[in-house]
Amino acid sequence: MKRIMIGAAIIMVIAISAICAPVVAGYNPLEMDLTEDAILQKPSLEHFFGTDNLGRDVFSRMLYGARVSLSVGFIAVIISLVIGVLLGGVSGYFGGWVDAVIMRVVEVMYSFPTFFLIMMVVTFLGPNIVNVMVVIGLTSWAPLCRLVRAEFLTLRERDFVSSARVQGVSNFRIIRRHILPNAMAPVYVSMTLSVGSAILIESALSFLGLGVQMPAPSWGNILTIGKNYIDYAWWLTLFPGLAILITVLSFNMIGDGLREVLDPKSDRKD
Amino acid sequence: MLKRDNAVNIFKRPLFALVVFFCVTSLFFCGDYVFAEGYVSRDAYVSTGAADARILIPIFADDSASSSICSLIYTGLVKVDKNLEIEGDLAERWEVSPDGLAITFFLRRDVRWHDGTPFTARDVKFTYETMLDPASGCPYVSSYSDINKIETPNEYTIKFHYKKPYAPALLKFGMGIIPSHMYSEAKNIRDEAVGKDPVGTGPYIFSEWKRAEYIALIANQDFYEHPPGIKRYIYKIVPDESVQFLELVSESSDAMNLTPYQYFYRSDTQRFKSKINKYSYLAHSYSYIGYNMKDPLFRDKRVRQALSYAINREKIIDAVLLGLGEECTGPFLKDTPFYDETAPGYDYDPAKAKALFKEAGWVDADRDGVLEKNGKKFSIRISTNQGARIREDVAVIVQDQWAKVGVKVRVQTVAWAAFLDAFVNKKNFQAVILGWTIPIDPDLFSVWHSDSIGENGLNFISYSNKKVDKLIVAGRREFDQEKRREIYRKIHNHLAEDAPYTFLFFPYALPAVNKRFKGIEPAPAGISYNFIDWYVPESEVKYKF
Amino acid sequence: MKRYILKRLLMIIPMLFGISFILFVVMHLAPGDPTSIKYGMNPEVSQSARANFDKMYWLNKPVLTQYVLWMKRFLTLDFGRSFIDGEPVLKKIMSRLPATLLLQIVSLLVIFALAIPIGVYGAFKKDSLFDRVSTAFVFIGYALPGFWLALILVFIFGFKLGWFPVSGMTPWYTEYLSVFGKIKDLLWHLVLPVTATAFGSLAALSRYTRSSMLEVKKENYVLAARAKGLTEKYITSRYILRNALLPIITIAGLTLPALISGSFIFETIFAWPGMGRLGYEAIMSYDYPMVMGTGVIAVGLTLFGILISDILYAAVDPRIRMDK
Repeated sequence: MKRIMIGAAIIMVIAISAICAPVVAGYNPLEMDLTEDAILQKPSLEHFFGTDNLGRDVFSRMLYGARVSLSVGFIAVIISLVIGVLLGGVSGYFGGWVDAVIMRVVEVMYSFPTFFLIMMVVTFLGPNIVNVMVVIGLTSWAPLCRLVRAEFLTLRERDFVSSARVQGVSNFRIIRRHILPNAMAPVYVSMTLSVGSAILIESALSFLGLGVQMPAPSWGNILTIGKNYIDYAWWLTLFPGLAILITVLSFNMIGDGLREVLDPKSDRKD
Repeated sequence: MLKRDNAVNIFKRPLFALVVFFCVTSLFFCGDYVFAEGYVSRDAYVSTGAADARILIPIFADDSASSSICSLIYTGLVKVDKNLEIEGDLAERWEVSPDGLAITFFLRRDVRWHDGTPFTARDVKFTYETMLDPASGCPYVSSYSDINKIETPNEYTIKFHYKKPYAPALLKFGMGIIPSHMYSEAKNIRDEAVGKDPVGTGPYIFSEWKRAEYIALIANQDFYEHPPGIKRYIYKIVPDESVQFLELVSESSDAMNLTPYQYFYRSDTQRFKSKINKYSYLAHSYSYIGYNMKDPLFRDKRVRQALSYAINREKIIDAVLLGLGEECTGPFLKDTPFYDETAPGYDYDPAKAKALFKEAGWVDADRDGVLEKNGKKFSIRISTNQGARIREDVAVIVQDQWAKVGVKVRVQTVAWAAFLDAFVNKKNFQAVILGWTIPIDPDLFSVWHSDSIGENGLNFISYSNKKVDKLIVAGRREFDQEKRREIYRKIHNHLAEDAPYTFLFFPYALPAVNKRFKGIEPAPAGISYNFIDWYVPESEVKYKF
Repeated sequence: MKRYILKRLLMIIPMLFGISFILFVVMHLAPGDPTSIKYGMNPEVSQSARANFDKMYWLNKPVLTQYVLWMKRFLTLDFGRSFIDGEPVLKKIMSRLPATLLLQIVSLLVIFALAIPIGVYGAFKKDSLFDRVSTAFVFIGYALPGFWLALILVFIFGFKLGWFPVSGMTPWYTEYLSVFGKIKDLLWHLVLPVTATAFGSLAALSRYTRSSMLEVKKENYVLAARAKGLTEKYITSRYILRNALLPIITIAGLTLPALISGSFIFETIFAWPGMGRLGYEAIMSYDYPMVMGTGVIAVGLTLFGILISDILYAAVDPRIRMDK
């Protein structure tokens, strides 16, 4: 429980400052100052995280970058949630050949080095934030799907479901009223963990220049700049990296805490 | 040849340049030193580059890594010296017929291929006939398409006949010659080359190519000028620019091209200064903003001129290149006879820009900071290729500067591939930020003549000016240097007046080389033209063999 | 057993087809045509050269026809030629594969050699200092951006301290080293890339081992054994370790996709001459045949790895029914 609180608190702070970025930032993240003294300034009270190669305030850029990371994380996970629950539910509830087909597809997704596919799709269809969200969502539903299917398989055999079926309740209603609410607990856990991994994927893509395009800031592309100045402007590498680490860590803490709360019996494996 | 200047390697084609003075004291005795030693080849030189070579056959090499390695393995009929003057290489001398329709080369008789076979006119004939054969798919064929006959009166003489006089012809004979005894039987030389070690006539012999890791060459002790001073040449592939720098400073490599930032800030450390020399001179390339002349927005000359006036080039050079570049007003290299210093240069003048906009009908009537005409806002989409950091930075700054005169700009970066497809082929763009390499010969046909507007043509901005077309053709047919000079200066002025591009800057090439290498003499051609004269004093040799 | 293996092998085939189709379609939905990518900014390339190029790669044919033609070739393991240098794709991949396999296999070995002891020890000393530290490490491992770790490793250990080479696998001077020297040099070059590659999966696996151990400890047969008065040592080695570690074999298979995904970034940062870097460069230069080739081989490799771990698992765990 403590973990959930800490994680949630950190996420709240990041999310609120991202939403209120224009107020908190103090600088326009795109505004340059090209005078020689203004570029690559060390962190100071004026610029908390220093400035980059074009004299832009890194702290402000990171606040705006947080918007990118968080929105990619959430939207990608919502996409994968919809697909995962839909396919997993159908697969687990109906079984038979539908189940067989869906499970084959899941296996394909599992054995695919997804990053390669994501990289390819994003490059070929154009690197922008929408494509990144959609592609991450489309490639990360397999674990959710498996999870939901397993829940459905067990719940399907429970007495309250059988009795509902005997009473002639429609499949849709059974799923909606009886199974889905009971199946969601592990889904919440898995979702929180997926937000973290979606953020990691987005940052890697932006780092490779395949995510959010300059001059728009994202944590990944601040690191791309930082890489070129690594032996001098350490702040360009350190802060965005830590930001990613802390954000993902917080989501994982929430996920892990949730798991313990929702499923106290076992210290489950992933 | 024009190439995109994405990856510039210092050992590539001779660099057209003005030297920024750099004094290496050891320069003064190096000549004596080498003679005293009787040209002993020692040590190894490890240079780094981001991309692997693709093919080590000069007539197919169309990327900078391949061309730079090829220039060490192969030699051509002529080469350019340190002042970019043409001089003989495999050809001892040549004659141009009075009508300009035939060129005869007299070849050296003492040249052998790396495998020992004597070099003859047959090899030259074979090389040029292969290039001219459409089936071989040689990318440079258009430079030679005016040749209609090649004759070899004897083993050491070769004569080229032209359909029309073609002034740039001589320079094009720098192309490396390939051995006929290795490839004349081959159906497809490209395929054949994959399994074979390249054999040339140059100062270095191919020794090993580990894909994606390095290419290793070894000094040719029988090279016809003299054996090179450095025994091993290694081209090491390090994809990441910042890792390249770490390699240079930690002395795992000996040379790279610095970025302006590295040159300016990161070479100050004791670690760098004690081990590495850095050089700077004008690279022979320029960057520009190109306007799509098919777009109604840019049809009015005054609008293009106003946009040019609204750009503060000095500031861009200071910010993006940290001052390591020079302002540019036309498509020829600064300080060459073809570049007209007096051509209109569009010094930063926002007031004039606003006045010109007003003349053209663009005013900010509703006072929202953006110009309008007939109710339409003045808004431009600037595109550039993704991953070119300098261009991306320029785009961001231009966006800022144009905003100040009331022009709204959206910056778009696109992957190189999609970029070429959308712009070069479909001409679906408004303004682009790009760069051109400046060839040694000033011929502008492929970029500025209206015949090059067609699909895939490089005049993708669709610039068309009858006067310029005429001058370009005249320049190609004229052998007299003085008359050519006049022609190209006129073109420079026309282009400046029409402002189809906003010419931005000539960047400096910024090579860095480990200090143990002596004999480096920066010249207009860069530093690599005399690579075979470089050497390492015996006491400083790092790799002993 | 044979039937099981055969069945698993046959299952790979439709999967490969499906995956290659996805790859192919995505590639062709993309804007940008490879001819202009290759020759776009070169004024000296004529129209006829472009047309030839189109013909050679069937670029003038409809997408589906291209796929069928490509598939025909693919069945004979011919992926065509790279757009970039005209070399056969398969040959290029094969020349890069050993470097990737070396890095992956060494990483896997390191992961197992470290993760299992960490997990087992953590489970036995639950809530001890060691357990807490390793749990914290696991949490960080999960959340750490791998490319960032790689950058920092290169900077600190390669550049600042100079302990390990900054990049590369076999430097040009290896030909002058003795056999022993070559091996030593190779190991030296492996340290940083392996650390970066293994870190994330190491965390995952040690976490898995720990929870698997804890779960087994609560199983009835362990409790029964303890009730019978068997020594704790005997219970641990005979019951807990065996049952807890068996499923880890399957995890080895599942770690592979993650490792191969990582190779696309790490090999580029460390200038490692492997397939991941080849694939990354191919994507960046729109080298279609090369992208297809690396994609299919990468998937083939992971499927193969999963197959092997499945078979191993089936072989050691009698509970798995072969005919199922």
